[in-house]
Amino acid sequence: MKQPVLNALGHIGRQTLGILAQWGRAGLFLLHLLPALPYSVYRLELLIKQVYFTGVLSLPIILTAGLFVGMVLSLQGYNVLVDFNSEEAVGTMTALSLLRELGPVVAALLFAGRAGSAMTAEIGLMKSTEQLSALEMMAVDPRKFVFAPRFSATLIVMPLLSLMFIAMGILGGYMVAVGWLGVDEGAFWSQMHASVDWREDAVNGIIKSVAFGVLIAVIALFQGEDAVPTSEGVSGATTRTVVQSSLGILALDFVLTAVMF
Amino acid sequence: MTRKQWIEIWVGMFVLMGIIALAVVAFKVSNFQGLQERSSYQVHALFDNIGGLKERAPVKLSGVVIGRVNEIKVDPDTYFAKVSMSIYDDFDQLPIDTSASILTSGLLGDQYIGLNVGADDLFLKEGDRIELVQSAIVLEDLIGQFLTKFADSGE
Repeated sequence: MKQPVLNALGHIGRQTLGILAQWGRAGLFLLHLLPALPYSVYRLELLIKQVYFTGVLSLPIILTAGLFVGMVLSLQGYNVLVDFNSEEAVGTMTALSLLRELGPVVAALLFAGRAGSAMTAEIGLMKSTEQLSALEMMAVDPRKFVFAPRFSATLIVMPLLSLMFIAMGILGGYMVAVGWLGVDEGAFWSQMHASVDWREDAVNGIIKSVAFGVLIAVIALFQGEDAVPTSEGVSGATTRTVVQSSLGILALDFVLTAVMF
Repeated sequence: MTRKQWIEIWVGMFVLMGIIALAVVAFKVSNFQGLQERSSYQVHALFDNIGGLKERAPVKLSGVVIGRVNEIKVDPDTYFAKVSMSIYDDFDQLPIDTSASILTSGLLGDQYIGLNVGADDLFLKEGDRIELVQSAIVLEDLIGQFLTKFADSGE
């Protein structure tokens, strides 16, 4: 009679403690990683390699997605704005939505799926094949040579990718609005130029993308390091990276938007 | 070329593309004007109502932007709104009897300060006050006046 209730309570308690312990390990992981970050500058070739793997190889998906998001925004915006005879404002609308929200958020979501998951899988596999322990055995700190370059690379790559996403989106919006729907080209650019503020809109968007970069890097690296060193454990960790960073990006975006705008 | 060199070339191109995207966002899309402000001088004016005027609103002369509003506060002695504006140094030959009015761009647009040039030989300089002002037209007051007139004429 009492036993099932106690079992259920125990289950909830175990889960809660497990989550709390994981958060604590993630915090300690970040704390220990921070002093190692300057080493990513000393070993520049490692950093360049990671920028290549996370950034350059993410380019096709980011640029294509940016183009289509911009085109869709422009098309939808035009349909609404044309009723008010202000279809020239479609440029402003596209640029503002991309700079403030969609650019940083969608680029970060794609990045988490494309590069974050790969990072977790790579480190998880390194752990399960005991490469990390081997490095430690040789008195090489894996934080300095495995984690730090990946963390710094994400910080560099994330804002650049989201800027490229935004630029491609505005190009897509321009193509649809001016090329296809016949919005006046001069009005399209001048209205955009007049209403988009550098500090208020562009810089805040860049700050957002850097914050998302930190979030993705911490989650991806930690999940890799914390993975159970089996094939099942690595696949679970990869899934957790994508799920947690996606949810984290959306939640953090809300908080940042509330603070910034 | 080795694979390592190719990686470096690709990363170089990647960073360059990022910088180009930043330049597009800064100069083509937004109103980035560099970190240093254009050199300017300060004048102020007292209004009894500024309506919806905001800081960083443009100051226009014949429709051309010649400065920005940089501070709006209540003058503690007169209880009027004290609007400080910086006028770019290129426009340092505004007569001292220039008047300032708060205008609206379009029917529902943002408010700005419009200057009307006077005829005096002396020019406005740093720290001067623009004496001739016309406050913002508040739509509610206008409707109120209209209704009062309407009621009066009805008698």
